[in-house]
Amino acid sequence: MRGGRLVAAVLRAPEIAARLAGEEWNALIAAARAEQLIGSLACRLDGHDVPEKVERLLAAARRDAAQQRVQALWEAEMTRRALAPLGIPVVLLKGNAFHAAGLAASTGRFVGDLDILVPRDSLEAVEAALLAAGWERLKEADGYDDLYYRRWMHELPPLIHRTRDRMIDVHHTILPMTARPRPDADALIADSIAIDGGLRILAPADMIVHAAAHLFADGDLAGGLRNLWDIDRLLRQFASDPAFWGQLDDRARRHQLGPAVARALRLSARIYDTPVDRAVAGRDRLVDRLFAARLLARNGWGQPVRPLLRFAFFVRSHWLRMPPLMLARHLWVKARG
Amino acid sequence: MRHSLSLQIGPVAFRIGSAWRAPLEALAHLYQGYPQPERICDFTVRLEPERPWRRWLRPSVAIAGDYVLPDAAPMALAHGLLAAEMGMNLQMALGQKSYLLLHAASVEKDGRALILTGESGAGKSTLAALLGERGWRLMGDEFALLDLADGRLRAFPRAVSLKNGAIAVMEAEVDADRFGPVLAGTPKGTIRHVRPNKRALAAMAEPARPALILFPRFGEAAAARGVGQAEVFMRLTQSSTNYVALGGAGFEALNGLVAACPAAAIDYPDAATAIDMVEGLWEQAA
Repeated sequence: MRGGRLVAAVLRAPEIAARLAGEEWNALIAAARAEQLIGSLACRLDGHDVPEKVERLLAAARRDAAQQRVQALWEAEMTRRALAPLGIPVVLLKGNAFHAAGLAASTGRFVGDLDILVPRDSLEAVEAALLAAGWERLKEADGYDDLYYRRWMHELPPLIHRTRDRMIDVHHTILPMTARPRPDADALIADSIAIDGGLRILAPADMIVHAAAHLFADGDLAGGLRNLWDIDRLLRQFASDPAFWGQLDDRARRHQLGPAVARALRLSARIYDTPVDRAVAGRDRLVDRLFAARLLARNGWGQPVRPLLRFAFFVRSHWLRMPPLMLARHLWVKARG
Repeated sequence: MRHSLSLQIGPVAFRIGSAWRAPLEALAHLYQGYPQPERICDFTVRLEPERPWRRWLRPSVAIAGDYVLPDAAPMALAHGLLAAEMGMNLQMALGQKSYLLLHAASVEKDGRALILTGESGAGKSTLAALLGERGWRLMGDEFALLDLADGRLRAFPRAVSLKNGAIAVMEAEVDADRFGPVLAGTPKGTIRHVRPNKRALAAMAEPARPALILFPRFGEAAAARGVGQAEVFMRLTQSSTNYVALGGAGFEALNGLVAACPAAAIDYPDAATAIDMVEGLWEQAA
């Protein structure tokens, strides 16, 4: 088995780890690190029978994940303090939300940037409050990238904190303004859920919609194996509520993201054996195989493989993001830069 | 990968893959006599072409692996050995979470360790390498690994990286067969690696209790001053690559080290003076 496939197989069924040989462990660990899944893998294999050396490596990965969790929660808290005077709802997204709400998807999960969602009409005030509290602009103000973000993206240009060196992405919706689906950002915020400590998270169905949008309606699927693992964990947890699948179907339609959500469910079932409602997921499509191949395109040295397939998905990501004329202009500017 | 090699250095096993044969041949030669590596490795390092055609055409080596720095400059194939060394350093600096990593050289005597740390160019590598030939056991010239659980230092005796003037100093001291190739024109000038001696390799699994911390500085008149615990603590946080990432565990380990060890800053004009000063301070600390 190749690296990506091996990572997926062990996450899906950790008991197969007992049969791995030395070189397979090296492949598994390198691929899991490359996909930023080493913490999740280490927690998944906790208590399983693994070689002593592997146990030492996994124990270190679990300690590291625990420390990252502390940092993620602290960063969320610092953001809450900076934005509290504005009196607006601040919704945590992705990894930070999983950690802050203690969801199963947070187990061992790596957290990079802090992602938050705020009402669009408060963007200026939020940016000013963050700049006043020690965050700084990463992109040159009024440069092409900066203007591009402000005009066309679903988030502000990234800010980075001066002393803590952590990035924050402030979103006002979950897809670029140039994408064809138009998610209902007001509904995302209106139906968000307050958690302890004064911050909010998306409602369960919206959380899946966001994860699916991020993975299948935006971006080139790089690092997608991790995002799909989030979806698996979330679906398994949320599905304990019998009303969940119906809600998911409603919300996917409302945000114009039915196809992305259906694809997320099918790919999660295909790669991680996630139990899904076929009425929402739909029939398997031939093209799903291409998506799966792209998600698993990593060898046992941690290298990306299948360059043509990856390039095709890179092209697709731009196609999804921009109408053709705008894409032409964007590529022209980037090529000259 | 086309070519691969594993190395065991102290408690850490590396798996190094390369698109070219030459860097690994140089590595295998330099690391002759190291113990058989564990089958399961701590880190993977990759030496790969920056672009597919750069394997043949004006070959340039990109350093990759489990942990990478974005925008790291690729290197000439002639410096492939250095790329492999830098790749291993990078994995340690970014990925090592089992030990507190100090950017420091260390040597051992009677089960107790001396830690030498300071800015690049302070002479810690050369000093440690010389001490390693004169009655001490070389534990490492680049990273000192402080065990988070028991506060002992673990050896990490990589090939010592000598730069510019230090090369001739060690050539006068050590058999020619322990040296790697001369790497001229690297970003840090001329570099030549030297393999630690048999004693350092044979004892690489033995930890040592830290006993003295020195901050050497080359190129000044001989002088020594004691350094207070607060300053030692701050300087060591700056010389650690993973202090912040380790959180509370890193703080506890560093605090224990600083509380247990006297420390001094030493200025020295030449190697012989430095060695006398080190031996004198070591006797006082004993």
